[in-house]
Amino acid sequence: MTTALKEWPLWEIFVRSKQGLEHKHCGSLHAADAAQALEMARDVYTRRQEGVSIWVVESKAITASNPDEKGELFDPAADKIYRHPTFYEIPDEVGHM
Amino acid sequence: MYTQSFNVPDSPGAKTVALAPSTEDPALQAAFDARIDADGRIEPQDWMPEAYRKTLVRQISQHAHSEIVGMLPEGNWISRAPSLKRKAILIAKVQDEGGHGLYLYSAAETLGTSRDQMLDGLHSGRAKYSSIFNYPTLTWADVGVIGWLVDGAAIMNQVPLCRCSYGPYARAMVRVCKEESFHQRQGYEALLVMMTGTAEQKAMVQDAVNRWWWKCLAMFGPPDADSPNSAQGMRWGIKRVSNDELRQKFVDATVPQAKVLGVTLPDPDLKWNEERQHYDYGQIDWNEFWETVNGNGPCNKERLATRVKAHNEGQWVRDAALAHAAKKQAMKEAA
Repeated sequence: MTTALKEWPLWEIFVRSKQGLEHKHCGSLHAADAAQALEMARDVYTRRQEGVSIWVVESKAITASNPDEKGELFDPAADKIYRHPTFYEIPDEVGHM
Repeated sequence: MYTQSFNVPDSPGAKTVALAPSTEDPALQAAFDARIDADGRIEPQDWMPEAYRKTLVRQISQHAHSEIVGMLPEGNWISRAPSLKRKAILIAKVQDEGGHGLYLYSAAETLGTSRDQMLDGLHSGRAKYSSIFNYPTLTWADVGVIGWLVDGAAIMNQVPLCRCSYGPYARAMVRVCKEESFHQRQGYEALLVMMTGTAEQKAMVQDAVNRWWWKCLAMFGPPDADSPNSAQGMRWGIKRVSNDELRQKFVDATVPQAKVLGVTLPDPDLKWNEERQHYDYGQIDWNEFWETVNGNGPCNKERLATRVKAHNEGQWVRDAALAHAAKKQAMKEAA
């Protein structure tokens, strides 16, 4: 039946949907190398003209923040409401600012 | 694209995914419950109960297997499609199904199971896939009916899954649902064209509808009263709408479509219920359904054998790609 395989490495795929927009993560796939990952990403994620540019990054190259430390990591931003424009009251007569 | 809206246990002996020892810390459990209650999303690195993880791995991998096996009944017709246009459409649809399988395998992999483990589950016969693919596609009309009814039923199932509590599964389903609408419409349109044809062609459409209708109703899974696992799936935000509710929605949506197409649905009990504001329908043959789920449908063996053969015969391609990548890497390092 099935023999033990060596799996192709996992790649994360980022697609720029049109010129002027950022590349956005759209999924992942297995491929033997970067060139094959690009080709497969084209076939899987841009069959309906969803992209004009593709980045592939081997998944193991990504360093992610730890969800268990979400509190401490993002806490410093929580009490700084003065960073938002709505913190400031401007008289109505000033109009849009 | 296709899912069985319920969770069929895989066959005994199914390897459970190797997981970190379950802590089931009450504080973590409470935080998880609170997030689910607030209709929040769970992401791969978040803590989750082992049972939630196992349920998702089973459901998402069964869903992925269904996509891949689902390529077979339609693939049979690629070389026999009646025109170049229909052939191109069918190739595009079958290619979509392969893509859907990939999105779903990727989503399942985020839960700590490997692609190879899942494929091994499928190929060894332990893992289940949607039983609808264990029926044969006898005529060209079957291809149209699969698009119209089988994909139509699948869409009913899949739209609520876009709001599934597990982020990667929900995101995969959003992508799938976007592509799915083409599948149903191309099938329905192919049937519309056949219905403008000869008496034989019209009879072919009616025959295919007769053979697939009840099987499509069964795709939604057993009645709610007989679905003990549904409540847990609902609690976890994996399942959003009950089997019977989805089935009713499908029947209500399909009856007018059948009328436009000019076919009858093979159920003498099918009639509008003014009081319920829904169509009533007859009894589904659950014995036949379970027989097929349990491996005794007309095509179970053939489907699995075809899948295993394709996988084994592709082994040298996978090996060669890895060898080629290693060689290129070595040359780059030497340069």
